[in-house]
Formats: sequence, structure tokens, C-alpha cells
Amino acid sequence: MWLILVGATIGSLTLVEAFRSPTMNRTVSTVVIAVAFIKVRFVGLDFMELRRAPFALRLVFELWLIVIGGTLIILYWSQT
Amino acid sequence: MGAEDAGELLPPASLPRRMPGETGIWVLVAGDLAVFSIFFIVLLVQRSSDTALFVASQRSLNQIIGALNTFLMLTSSLFVALGVGSIRSGSLARRRAPYFIATAAVLGLGFVLVKAYEWSERFSVGQTVGTNDYFMFYFMYTGIHLVHVVVGLIVLALLFMVSRRPSLDQGAVLLIESGGIFWHLVDLLWIILFALFYLVT
Repeated sequence: MWLILVGATIGSLTLVEAFRSPTMNRTVSTVVIAVAFIKVRFVGLDFMELRRAPFALRLVFELWLIVIGGTLIILYWSQT
Repeated sequence: MGAEDAGELLPPASLPRRMPGETGIWVLVAGDLAVFSIFFIVLLVQRSSDTALFVASQRSLNQIIGALNTFLMLTSSLFVALGVGSIRSGSLARRRAPYFIATAAVLGLGFVLVKAYEWSERFSVGQTVGTNDYFMFYFMYTGIHLVHVVVGLIVLALLFMVSRRPSLDQGAVLLIESGGIFWHLVDLLWIILFALFYLVT
């Protein structure tokens, strides 16, 4: 089932993040935040069923992802 | 009309848009996300003023345990989604719903136990909420999240009982959907907490 695929994909992504290298911390951490929000997007769209919710609700969610995800990445970059 | 099972009257996934769950749950979700968004921003702003401390303190955290917790949360959410999906699938599939929800609750309980173990490890080396700014954030944010998990478990227990009824009316289906959405919120919050505390260096 599709739901299982989504769950498994998201799950495996958490394992990928375990691989780091000291010289690339800034890039890796940025990717980490981005991937976290991608996972959150799947949780919202598929588990919370926003994919077929009224357009306005889904739009607010997607905007939140971009605004907060972006803000956190910018904050992180401004200090590294 | 009144005697029919409302679960079978709701549109299948491929049809036009509908609001999942009751409107009120989305008000709760939006509010909670707004609050946590501020938490996340405050955390990173504070981090900028003492980055060395944050980086050093973070090394004490066990990423494996964090990842295990993330896995538990995600899988638990998956089972809730399966449970909610089966509620809408007609009376035969619906009988599996209590099992899905029960499994989700067990996984959620596992999350709590793992977190308790993790915290006890921190305490045993003298790291508590007052140790430094990093740990203040860590214990407060994951603590508030933990409260959400416990509330979520109570909600899942309620959903479990409702899902066992021989027939579900529209209100019951919406209730189960709404409870599921709350649990997914708890999952969602953890995904971000995990990234910010355990993985960002």
C-alpha cells in the first residue's frame, strides 16, 4: 500500500542522516533541516490527509513549511 | 438514512476535497504548530549566541536513541493512518481498525519508555534542565512534546474503544479522524525536534 511506502521512505531517511563528515557539517545540517521538513510535508499530506483537503488548508500548511523551514535554515546559516 | 453506517457514505480517496476530521482539530493543530514554531526559532536564535556550548552539549545526546524514537513515532503514525483508512473502508476492513490503533498505541508507549530511559541516562551523568541553556531547551521542549505524547495515548485509547463499536456514525468517524490528526501532529513535532536537537551540529 501507498501508505506503507510513504512510511518506509520517511523511516529510511532518518537512517541516511546518521552519516556525517566533520568538514561538511554546515551543508549536512542544512540538508537535515530540509529533509525534516520534507518528512513533515509527507506526514501532513498523506497521514493527515491534507492532499485531499480544501485547497486553503493545504496552502496554509505548505506556506508554513516554506516559511518556518526557510527561517530555521536561514537562522542556522547566519550562525555558522 | 439514519440507520446507515456513515463510514461507508463518506467519499473514497479519489473524490473531491473534504476537510479531514472536525474543523476544531485544525484550529488546535495550527495553534500548536504556531507555538512550536516560535520554540524552534527561539532555540536557533539562542544557539547563535552560544554556539560552542550548544555543539558541545549536543554531543551528549544519543543519536541512535533519537532515531529509534523517530522510527517508533513514524511507525505509530502509520498504524493510526491505516486504522483511520480502514474505518472508511466498509464493515469488513473496519474490524481491523482496533488492532491498528492498539498497535499504534503500543508503539507510542514504546516512545515514552525509550524517552524515559534516555532522560534517566542524562540524569545519571548530572545533566538536567538546569545544567545549561542547551539542556534547558532540550528538556523543556522534549518534555512539552512528551506531554503531547501522553495526551495522544489517552486519545488513542479513546479511539480504540470507539473503533470497536459495531457501527459508526458520522460523528464517530470524524472523532477518529480528528484523534488521528492529533497523533500525526505529535509525530510531526518530533520529526523537527529530532532534527534540531540530535542532528544539526
